Amino acid sequence: MMITIMVVDDSNVIRNRITRSSESKGFEVVATAANGVDAVQLYEILKPDLVTMDLTMPKMDGLACIRNIINLDENANILVISALADKATGIKALEYGARGFIYKPFTDEDLFEAFREMAAEVVNERR
Amino acid sequence: MKEDKIQVFLEGVRKYFTQVAGEEVFIGTPYLVENKMPAAQHYSGVIAVSGCTRGIVYFTCPQQMARRLLVLMGETDTSEENIMDLIGEVANTIAGNARSQFGEKFEISVPVVIRGAPDEIMLPREGRSFVIPLEWEKLQAAIIVALYKATGCVQAVSKPVAQ
Repeated sequence: MMITIMVVDDSNVIRNRITRSSESKGFEVVATAANGVDAVQLYEILKPDLVTMDLTMPKMDGLACIRNIINLDENANILVISALADKATGIKALEYGARGFIYKPFTDEDLFEAFREMAAEVVNERR
Repeated sequence: MKEDKIQVFLEGVRKYFTQVAGEEVFIGTPYLVENKMPAAQHYSGVIAVSGCTRGIVYFTCPQQMARRLLVLMGETDTSEENIMDLIGEVANTIAGNARSQFGEKFEISVPVVIRGAPDEIMLPREGRSFVIPLEWEKLQAAIIVALYKATGCVQAVSKPVAQ
């Protein structure tokens, strides 16, 4: 069964880029969201296997969004993709429940490597 | 702001162009300008900084450069909306990467993208800004850094873990 993804980022260009890259690697992007509020609502409805999460966003930022999604589903697979390059933020995101963190700017290889690791966990959980 | 802190922005720009465009960017020698005369190209992506450091960081570039970067990222829609989105994202990435140097109390806003230069309301009234000139594919752009240390701010220092 295909791995489903939700892409959360306030930049349309970055959402498109992650979507194109994901689909080229055989993942199915089922939703995109430009802020944390929309992302939480979409997660509740669609329950995607993976979520890519920006941190600096309007309305609800990424850290608050991670908390809300984890409250809905403690097994959510969230990959943070953010420009915030300090260790404290990375640690905080992981404490809130994110499973991975990659920094912007990222290459398609960075993204695919992170997806590959997380998708392996999803497949294991399904067994 | 001390000149050594500028290095993190230089590295950020270099990394951005290498990773996104797959090419080196030529980075010129940084210089100072009065805030009354802000440097600007067609569009500027402005990030407000608060916390232990205050001020703004912005990326300014011509339309052709933004359009070229969009194409290299695989984006076929090079509308003005996407151009402005990209410019905001470049500013956000370079300012966000600077937290590796300044720490989490270098709090950054979501980007605001404007035509031309930021006005006086956005720039700190007193003082000067560092301009980091860039040249890429014969097009000129710049990162402008106008930052000041906030008074009375204490940056948390992590204690070593006892063995």
